Amino acid sequence: MAPTDTTAEAPYEFHVFEDAHAHDHAEEHAHETGTMLGFWLYLMSDCLLFGILFAVHAVLGQNYAAGPAPADLFEIDKIAMATAFLLLSSITYGFAAINMQQNNARVMSFWLVVTLGLGAGFLFISYLEFSHLWHLGATPMASAFLSSFWFLVGTHGLHVMGGAIWLVILLVQVRMHGLTPENKRRVMCLSLFWHFLDLIWIGVFSFVYLAGVLL
Amino acid sequence: MFRRLFKTVTILALAGLLSGCNLVLLNPNGDVAAQKGDLIIYATVLMLIVIIPVMALTVFFAMKYREDNKQATYDPDWDHSISLEIVIWAVPLAIIICLAGLTWVATHRLDPYQDLIRISEDKPIDESVEPLEVHVVSLDWKWLFIYPEQNIATVNEFAAIVDRPIEFKLTSDTVMNAFYVPDLAGMIYAMAGMETELNAVINVPGSYEGFSANYSGNGFSQMNFEFLGKSEEDFDAWVEKVRDQGRAAELDQPAYNQLQQPSIDHKVTYYGAVADGLWRRIVNLCAGQQDLCLDDMMMVDALGGGGIEGLFNREMFRGICAAEDPSAFIAILRPDLKPLEDELFAAMDLPPVTDLSDQLAPQNNQNGGN
Amino acid sequence: MATAITPTDAGAVKDFYVPSDAHWFWGKLNWDIFPFYDPIIFGTFIGTMILGTVVVGALTYYRLWGYLWNEWFTSVDHKKIGIMYMVLAVIMLVRGFADALLMRLHQALASAGYVGILPAYHYDQVFTVHGVIMIFFVAMPFITGFMNYVMPLQIGARDVAFPFLNNLSFWLTVSGAVLIMISLFVGEFAATGWLAYPPLSGLTFSPGVGMDYYLWSLNIAGIGTTLSGINLIVTLVKMRAPGMTWMKMPIFCWTTLCTNVLIVATFPVLSATLALLTADRYLGTNFFTSELGGNPMMYVNLIWIWGHPEVYILTLPIFGIFSEIVPTFCKKRLFGYTSMVYATCVIMILSYIVWLHHFFTMGAGADVNSFFGITTMIISIPTGAKLFNWLFTMYKGRIRYELPMMWVIAFMLTFVIGGMTGVLLAVPPADYVLHNSLFLVAHFHNVIIGAVVFGVFAGINYWWPKAFGFYLDRFWGKVSFWGWVVGFYFAFMPLYVLGLMGVTRRLSQFEDVIYAGYFFTALMGAGLIAIGVVAFVIQMAVSIKNREQLACGDDPWGGRTLEWSTTSPPPYYNFAFNFRVYELDAWDHMKRNGYEKPQGGYTPIHMPHYTSSGVIIAGLMTVMGFALIWHIWWLAVLGFFASLLWAIGHTFNYNRDYYIPADEVRDIEEGRTRITAQAAE
Repeated sequence: MAPTDTTAEAPYEFHVFEDAHAHDHAEEHAHETGTMLGFWLYLMSDCLLFGILFAVHAVLGQNYAAGPAPADLFEIDKIAMATAFLLLSSITYGFAAINMQQNNARVMSFWLVVTLGLGAGFLFISYLEFSHLWHLGATPMASAFLSSFWFLVGTHGLHVMGGAIWLVILLVQVRMHGLTPENKRRVMCLSLFWHFLDLIWIGVFSFVYLAGVLL
Repeated sequence: MFRRLFKTVTILALAGLLSGCNLVLLNPNGDVAAQKGDLIIYATVLMLIVIIPVMALTVFFAMKYREDNKQATYDPDWDHSISLEIVIWAVPLAIIICLAGLTWVATHRLDPYQDLIRISEDKPIDESVEPLEVHVVSLDWKWLFIYPEQNIATVNEFAAIVDRPIEFKLTSDTVMNAFYVPDLAGMIYAMAGMETELNAVINVPGSYEGFSANYSGNGFSQMNFEFLGKSEEDFDAWVEKVRDQGRAAELDQPAYNQLQQPSIDHKVTYYGAVADGLWRRIVNLCAGQQDLCLDDMMMVDALGGGGIEGLFNREMFRGICAAEDPSAFIAILRPDLKPLEDELFAAMDLPPVTDLSDQLAPQNNQNGGN
Repeated sequence: MATAITPTDAGAVKDFYVPSDAHWFWGKLNWDIFPFYDPIIFGTFIGTMILGTVVVGALTYYRLWGYLWNEWFTSVDHKKIGIMYMVLAVIMLVRGFADALLMRLHQALASAGYVGILPAYHYDQVFTVHGVIMIFFVAMPFITGFMNYVMPLQIGARDVAFPFLNNLSFWLTVSGAVLIMISLFVGEFAATGWLAYPPLSGLTFSPGVGMDYYLWSLNIAGIGTTLSGINLIVTLVKMRAPGMTWMKMPIFCWTTLCTNVLIVATFPVLSATLALLTADRYLGTNFFTSELGGNPMMYVNLIWIWGHPEVYILTLPIFGIFSEIVPTFCKKRLFGYTSMVYATCVIMILSYIVWLHHFFTMGAGADVNSFFGITTMIISIPTGAKLFNWLFTMYKGRIRYELPMMWVIAFMLTFVIGGMTGVLLAVPPADYVLHNSLFLVAHFHNVIIGAVVFGVFAGINYWWPKAFGFYLDRFWGKVSFWGWVVGFYFAFMPLYVLGLMGVTRRLSQFEDVIYAGYFFTALMGAGLIAIGVVAFVIQMAVSIKNREQLACGDDPWGGRTLEWSTTSPPPYYNFAFNFRVYELDAWDHMKRNGYEKPQGGYTPIHMPHYTSSGVIIAGLMTVMGFALIWHIWWLAVLGFFASLLWAIGHTFNYNRDYYIPADEVRDIEEGRTRITAQAAE
């Protein structure tokens, strides 16, 4: 394949020559794994962000400023329902991912819509919960505990909302272009993101809600 | 060549300047500061064991292996030597081990929270002498000193007795400041809602400068005070002077609230008397009396919060710590916990009855400290 | 003194500028915000306006806007983005250095008993902005610029993993810098010190817009830095040339990797911390307040959990630059490559567990203080090992004293002093007396100037010929070198002494005049550094003017790594062929084995399209930031949604890359060979 023999005397082949087509394929593959790694790194940095918010909650979580404590505020059954919605949505996203691998765009889109619905349900309950707190007067300004609580749960909620918006965009894009490698990559990235949020929520539910009410 | 010339000039210039100056950190008049100054010298000497050879070798190699010195050996592929690598890791390691040992011992020995272990190099501590207690408040932009023992207070000037340990308790009623008298001891932060501590002693009579060593806003540069080291008689005379000149003024609530107003370059002020419990209120951020004191608030929080009611009616918890009978508050606050009362107090490291205000101050301090 | 309660007769408190309640349309903006009352700012404002008009006029006259937009601003080429980072850093260096000169001049005058040139509230802004600019908008862009430009070339890649993201990261950094520059003339900047500890930075004690400028410029720039960190890590992990295993990677790439791991692992902490402080100021939450259960010390911990690794984010790539320069100019392999790699990784890990040494005096117990003091000292062991490695690379070498190597020697001699004082400050009892003193100021300038600035200049002199095809002028380079090095010693050695005399930092007024001699010496040093800065600008100008005479070949220094194998400047696709790497110092290995450039067999090259999305998104974010600072809520909402929509719109663009036809590659390569041959004659 080497076009000249200038390097013939040396035992080394210093260049990788390949035809454009094979090259193209390799490039595409490299890019795909690169994106997944990059997205994973982003998730780690996001995880750190949540880590800080958890740490802040650990420090400030008992500072009620003579105001309400978790036991006075949380309606644990509602939160449990929201948790169920979010966990289920992870499963339905799993179904979507399986169908994506089978190149089944229609069924995949169906499961993505179900995921979106469950995510919206989660957000709706969160909204009810927050507006309930707000009307009680338990605003983020009322105490350090409430500041850290609103911020931790709120940041997670904003992430879910971002994920939901992304999901809508992705559905449109899949509709426009079909399951191209690029769109598949995006579905997989969002999948990572969605499961990641699920994982964070498990942390929030256990350390903020359950621990808050039970301890 | 030029470089060395410049360096020589620098060193000469510095030496000239140095001859006339007082490096107070290396030559202070208080024993705690003196020990720290000595430590600086020991640590520097220890490190120079590596630093000087490295600098010398750098200059030597830089000269010897310059391109036009064809006599020097040239070995372009020499890039590895196990024995040399062991040396370059081991020598710094050895120095750092020595320094780490020195650090561990010195840090524990010179911990500002610890009582002093000696008055000076040749003078042991006298167990019978109680330390002089001084409460220090940093304000915008001045320092308030309260003497609980003498029941006087001063602004921007304070005195202490030579060779008698001083125990400072510090807080801030504004942003963070650092209390620092270079001649006396190291600095310590003064922070709102927290209490820090510093133990020190002055060995030589005299007047020393003190200041805030942590930037605190507009009047920071003028946030200086005078520290007077005095013999016992002179100190008593000084206390009398303060009482005398501040006869008209008691540092009570209104006087303190006026003092809280920001001011720059505040003049030295004396107060002949101090209202009871003022220090506690300052530490707990309720000198203004509009709101709940921090210790009361922490007490309520430790009991599980004040409930929704607490959002609107914080005042009802006022005085819970200072109350004769805190268990009555528990009865109001958390009737469900009433049976567990003793356990609860034990868990909070509090005796179940009587004056809780003194008990909560160290708790603040723990929050501040860690 | 007779009556007690007459507090404020001496020195009234200067009225701070506190904007009136926000107007629904103009927010807090009104005519009073322009600080025309201050002659210094007003003069600077006039000067900047004139200069700006001249620059804009010249660009328009020579019809360069289209060129800049098409070839630079919208570029996703890592080399161009790298150069733009450097340009940003140089511009901000001039600004930050002007602030330093002001401070030196003011302190010199104030210490001699004069009023000085700056009132306290202005002086306080100047030292705050000096710190923020020098760290975030000078040092960071410099090192990001180097990493962007050099690293992909060294691993034989054609671009970074996410070229668009790279462009966006750059413009987000610019966005932060723009906000800070606006604060000079519109309103004020924070007067809190560069890390803005609450409660001082809270709404009660800093009600003005200065803190908001601080928060939003760092919030926005911080996102850019995190994204750039992710990008460069993926590039290094996924895009190395075949055969370049981890332990055959150039040292600069190793340091880049470690730095970016640190960036990804710490900048989210900064973002989160600043976001919480922003919430405290904008929403009235209680994270860092003293009342209602907030905890200001938590801020101090969090900010230093980011802040200390940040020091190593800045220095590690600089160590990498030195590790490239020393072997090249000693014509010798780097001594102890493996231990250098391990030293870098150890520093990376240790830098996380030392943060508390920044506040020993906040009252932590002796056990905690000793632990953090000792971990800090341990960092000096791998750092020392690095120094020895450079030293023994010089041993039995043939040292050529070109400008980069001169900077290296200056660095080695200066840095050890800074390292020593650093270890001294890590001893908690010593820190009790030295904390916040001018000794500390001297120490961190000693390491940041001694390592980062010297390293940046070494790197610029080293890679400039690669980037532009001609050398930097030697004479002006030497003037700049001596100005900086000698000036540094004059400027900062007196501060060490002052620190030992118990002088604290950030003072704008002095009680007595005994310090004046030292402050004047320091001022003189700053003047010498000013010569260094000006000489550096002249050096670039002269070199560009004389580029014909200064033209160089592709491998002017006898380099050892792959960037020297391509032409100078490299074509936009970097390399016509993909490399296969066999050894460390790949290019040196190729040269030794009689490598010659292939004369044919070109294949199409896959490249990304340029895009204007990065500039536009960052521009909208700047508008959003400005609107938030001034409480112009409608504009903030508009800016936010516009940037979000644009970003979403960008994802609908599937046409992101193309192939350079083989013929075009051939034409470019053959043209280059001809030019190089001519230059060699």
